Amino acid sequence: MTDDLQALQAETTAALAAATDLRGWDAIRIAVLGRNGRLTALLRDMGKTPAEQKRERGAALNRLKDALTDAIELRRRALESAELDVRIAAEGIDPTLPPRPRETGLIHPISRTIEEIAAIFGAMGCTIAEGPDVESDWYNFTALNIPPHHPARADQDTFYLPAQDNRPPPVLRTQTSPVQIRTMLTQPPPIRVIVIGRTYRADHDATHSPMFHQCEGLVIDRAMTLGHLKGTLIDFLRTFFGQPDLPVRFRASYFPFTEPSMEVDIGWNRRTGELGKGDDWLEILGSGMVHPRVLANCGIDPREWQGFAWGMGVERVAMLKHGITDLRPFFESDIRWLRHYGFNPLAPTMLHEGV
Amino acid sequence: MKFTLSWLRTHLDTDAPLADITDTLTRIGLELEGVDDPTAALASFRIAHVVAAVQHPNADRLRVCTVDTGDGIVSVVCGAPNARAGMKGVFAAPGSFVPGTNTTLRVGEIRGVRSAGMLLSAREMGLGEDHSGILDLPPDAPVGVPYVRWAGLDDPVIEVSVTPNRGDCFSVRGIARDLAAAGIGTLKPWQPARIDPQFHGGPRWRIDFPEACPWILGRTIRAVKNSPSPKWLQERLSSIGLRPINALVDVTNFFTVDLGRPLHVFDVARLTGDVLTLRRGEGETFRALNGNDYAATPEDCVIADAAGVQSMAGVIGGEQTGCDESTTAVFVECALFDPVRVALTGRRLQVVSDARQRFERGIDPALMPDALEAATAMILELCGGEPGEVTQAGAPPAWQRDATLRFSRVAAFGGSNIPADAAVQSLQRLGFAVRHLDTETITVAVPSWRNDIAAPVVLDQAPDLDPAVAARAAAGCAEIEPECDLVEEVLRLRGLDAVPPVSLPRAAPVPLPTLAPRQQRAEQMRRTLAAQGLAECVTFSFMAAADAALFGATPDALRLSNPIAADLDQLRPTPIATLALAAKRNAARGWPDVALFELGPEFAVDAPHGQALVAAGLRVGNTPRHWAAAARPVDAFDAKADLWAALAALGVPTDALTVAADAPGFYHPGRSGLVRQGPKTVLGSFGELHPRVLAALGMTGPVAAFALNLDAVPEPKRRRRAAPELPPFQPVRRDFAFLADAGVTADAVLRAARAAERTLIAGVSLFDVYAGDKLPEGKKSLGIEVMFQPRERTLTDAEIEAACQKVIASVVKATGAMLR
Repeated sequence: MTDDLQALQAETTAALAAATDLRGWDAIRIAVLGRNGRLTALLRDMGKTPAEQKRERGAALNRLKDALTDAIELRRRALESAELDVRIAAEGIDPTLPPRPRETGLIHPISRTIEEIAAIFGAMGCTIAEGPDVESDWYNFTALNIPPHHPARADQDTFYLPAQDNRPPPVLRTQTSPVQIRTMLTQPPPIRVIVIGRTYRADHDATHSPMFHQCEGLVIDRAMTLGHLKGTLIDFLRTFFGQPDLPVRFRASYFPFTEPSMEVDIGWNRRTGELGKGDDWLEILGSGMVHPRVLANCGIDPREWQGFAWGMGVERVAMLKHGITDLRPFFESDIRWLRHYGFNPLAPTMLHEGV
Repeated sequence: MKFTLSWLRTHLDTDAPLADITDTLTRIGLELEGVDDPTAALASFRIAHVVAAVQHPNADRLRVCTVDTGDGIVSVVCGAPNARAGMKGVFAAPGSFVPGTNTTLRVGEIRGVRSAGMLLSAREMGLGEDHSGILDLPPDAPVGVPYVRWAGLDDPVIEVSVTPNRGDCFSVRGIARDLAAAGIGTLKPWQPARIDPQFHGGPRWRIDFPEACPWILGRTIRAVKNSPSPKWLQERLSSIGLRPINALVDVTNFFTVDLGRPLHVFDVARLTGDVLTLRRGEGETFRALNGNDYAATPEDCVIADAAGVQSMAGVIGGEQTGCDESTTAVFVECALFDPVRVALTGRRLQVVSDARQRFERGIDPALMPDALEAATAMILELCGGEPGEVTQAGAPPAWQRDATLRFSRVAAFGGSNIPADAAVQSLQRLGFAVRHLDTETITVAVPSWRNDIAAPVVLDQAPDLDPAVAARAAAGCAEIEPECDLVEEVLRLRGLDAVPPVSLPRAAPVPLPTLAPRQQRAEQMRRTLAAQGLAECVTFSFMAAADAALFGATPDALRLSNPIAADLDQLRPTPIATLALAAKRNAARGWPDVALFELGPEFAVDAPHGQALVAAGLRVGNTPRHWAAAARPVDAFDAKADLWAALAALGVPTDALTVAADAPGFYHPGRSGLVRQGPKTVLGSFGELHPRVLAALGMTGPVAAFALNLDAVPEPKRRRRAAPELPPFQPVRRDFAFLADAGVTADAVLRAARAAERTLIAGVSLFDVYAGDKLPEGKKSLGIEVMFQPRERTLTDAEIEAACQKVIASVVKATGAMLR
């Protein structure tokens, strides 16, 4: 390599090393490789080189060009990297600062409980039937074999609306059972439905609310026995409370719309409130074989069809499942309570994820 | 229904432990409400013999007793003045709890002498006030035996809840019968002797209201001496909380509980005339035994003498003709009253009496003559006197009926494998008489006390049933119901717990969807709104009418006739109303900025069934304060965003909706919108609440609310989607700014821009709205971005320019705006 080439290489290397930023670096690049750069000039001057030296000088120039290009590029990367380091050092944040607010909402425990109930009975083949909150006397009482003098019709239990056109006054449904009647009148058996909705009774304290939710079930088929009723409810309760061995007890009782009627208790510890443990029993459900009069009132021949029905308080099972002790906050909409007991809307009840 | 164990044993021969009895009661449908054994706490106190009692060496008033407890000899220091050698007393060992002093005993030293226990006074045991000395028992009291057992105090009070169908179990005898049938002991026979009349005459019955009283018996007993009842009867009544009054009255109360047979006694001397008439009330007022005055309406059955109403039949007797210790002649009433009429009268007068409780469930009509004999016998025993003849009016009703059970139905309906002979036995023990029995069926006569079995079938069938269907169903019911009654009896006695549970057979290999499409949408809506940051609430369907009126119509038809509270009397016109009140409550607790929603009914007389399912929500106050984003007051567009998210979740194309300024009046008229799909269908509304509404509610606001009527949203069509269009060419975006009159809506500009070039324009969006100093008065500037999407090839500059000109022309033409 001739002196001039060596000088160029040495000077360029030194200049690159001295460059502290990309602007200085770019000046060097242009001074060497630019249109008027020194190397460009040397390449341009190749024409003047004597023919016998051309080959050798050409090869030397090419080597020099490769070397300088690499050196310049290397230096660019180094400078860029150094600049990035400086920027990164300067633009740090306090990662402990709170993120931008993105309020998450939540699902009310009543809705969540309804979802869970629907999922479990749904897996048993039930669909959901619905009916109005304002009911006629016939649907809410008479058709269900609750005669006019029955204490359930007394003013102190039932909310009445003004009577219209000489008909008995409409009521706010006291139970979800009228939807049983609506279902039997619109859908031929076999029937498997549950009804979940608002119900109303004139009572207000820590364990009673003038509005609450009931879940009602109705299964009508040709060969549904009291054994199926028991199996259905035991299966439900054990799944719902997540206790495969939950003790369940059936006691003879009376409801006008079922016969035989049974109250259903689950085992718990009265002192600690723990379910499935202890020697106490807690009443949780009413149930029974559908009364033949109820079937007949709906035009279903009880010689051909039989079945069972049950009803339970949604808030009650929610309270037991989640250890909530007071009923009133369910309807109070206290944001603190809602945040405490509410559920993630993006984690709905799915049987394959577990209820 | 309360009774004591000893009372039960007068009808039931059993040695069964109390726990077996109470468990059985619950199992067979007589749910145990509680057992009150006031002496359980005293069970450890035993009778002891004071062998010696000497003066305490260091205390004048104390004695050192050597006591034989039956379990050894101990030394007890005792301060009682009556402690003496040779006496029998009650000993409490160390470790036992003494209820009267609320202490647990320990071995101790009293003034240097060891004392290992205590001799008890009545007060220390909680058995009385006497504290003058320790209990001094007779010399024959057995040492070592628990005192309460020896004294007969261990008689627990049992309370069961009797279901409305089991009037027969409102009696000790009825409960004994059920227990015996369930295998607890045997029912003792009971047959009172007939008492021959010793004279004729006395008051007579007359029935003018046979629907209310089909049959009534009575008997005069004269020359009685009424005084306090003997101790056993007083104790029996007191033990279940009844106050002993005098022998005659106590006898009626005794049989009310013992046989479930209410009786009434009139003082003959206080009756006017000798005819007691059962008739309708005539508006007169009478004073009852409880001291209250009641008016008798024509729907009430009264018992009247010549002077007027003396008793409200089956509900409560009169003060005027009641028996006291001056009574010398008594007329005993033993009646059969119509249960429904007694129930209605009792409810109207709000009188809860033991008589009403039994009459309204129905009493045993066949028991009446025997009950009257038994009552007569007891009166004669307690008060002496001469019995008159039995006088009666009306006639025993035909209560006799049969019921048939096919044994196969115990399994096919009851799910139980109880053998036929066991079923027969159960029915017989309950008092059913076998009329016919073969291998397949049994026909029984229903006992007179079981009015719940094979009762007359009363139907009220749906009015629009096909008559043939209705008739077949009614016939089926008449045939099946008595059989169901008998299956229930058979299962009940064995315990329904014994029926093996069977899981519900599958209806389909994999369950079909549980939710109907409409219900699925409601669930999606719930999750969508919660995902917008709203907290779900469940508020009451009713609210104060005055507050409700701020939010819409409050028709009388939707006002409760008997609200539980004045502020819960009107069915709400929109859930926004109750949510606003919820927000107000949160603000009062110091949480002013809340975002709430609810999925629930709103009520209107013209809605189908009077209600619609609505998703409503509101945001109150300010957005959260944050270091990176300033807080700002919520506004209508927050509510609109929630509503739009909700609509999008339902698959409603929001581009095709129209928004007009005619939202309901509870919104701010200039800051709200009504959302329609097509020309008529109103889907929902959004906006800020009207300042007057906020002021009336006492809220500061701002409140941005929305409502979506889920019932109005059409069911989504299940169509297969076309393949998506994914052109390989980049879209071209161009911005335009138009100067428009202030009244021109953004929607008009966006629609006009979109309409300019249907195929090429893939989207139009608004990115800027400006009105202010830099613009002429009454003008505003709208900045929009239009996205052109080439499909065949990349657009040339000229083509883009031409398309832009079309956009400008279209907007100018439609809105009168100018390109800035």
